[in-house]
Amino acid sequence: MNAHDEDRIKLLLQQALPPADPAAEPSRDLWPAVLRRLDASPAAAAPGLLRQNWFDWALLAGLIVFAASFPATIPVFLYYL
Amino acid sequence: MPERSDIVLDQFRQGDLDAFEALFRQHQRAVFGWVLRIVCDPSAAEDLTVETFWRIHRAHARFEAARPFEPWARRIATRAALDWLRARRPEFDQAVTDLPSPPAADPGVVAEIRIKTAQAFARLPPRLRIAAVLAVVEEQPHKQVAAALGISVPAVKLRVFRALRLLRKDLESQGITP
Repeated sequence: MNAHDEDRIKLLLQQALPPADPAAEPSRDLWPAVLRRLDASPAAAAPGLLRQNWFDWALLAGLIVFAASFPATIPVFLYYL
Repeated sequence: MPERSDIVLDQFRQGDLDAFEALFRQHQRAVFGWVLRIVCDPSAAEDLTVETFWRIHRAHARFEAARPFEPWARRIATRAALDWLRARRPEFDQAVTDLPSPPAADPGVVAEIRIKTAQAFARLPPRLRIAAVLAVVEEQPHKQVAAALGISVPAVKLRVFRALRLLRKDLESQGITP
């Protein structure tokens, strides 16, 4: 695609999609909607509390299942702790 | 002594709702206008403005008070608009075909070509559409588009080029030679 083709496509696109009105404003006050959205889904919980620890909990759960399945390995784990 | 705007930004960062409302009142029009440019649908732009400010509130602790608020808000708004475009199936994307006819700068461009171009544009991948609509249709500076998309200026140029090339191919497949 050469520069002429590019300019032609750009012109076509500009004619097909008129630019938005720069003075456009919302038709209503959106603040109440923002408050409703915040009430429906309050701000994220303390960052990291759950998100950062889920892997630790999954690892612990895995170890418990493994130890329950193979009790003979428990002394080996204890030895290496 | 810190300026009032710095105080508001600092209070917002600490989760103060009044400061958040002050920022909302100050920037909602700019965010709405930016989103409207991307989605071309006033109703969707209103919903996305709400979504954007919800995301902004959620991310308040990550805001760096030393940096300007508006580019940060614009970036979040762009991401929200991109998610919206991705979730929307192109065949139902009527917004672009319902647009009012622009002033006829080129009388050779008939209504059918205009509609087919808009439909072909709606079929482009959303990340290419956003780059093209902001850089070509809205003629926003590449630097500003790059900041909003979180990519480099050469990446914006590449996306615009790819969008135009795909658009041309699509139109040619319909027998329209631009």
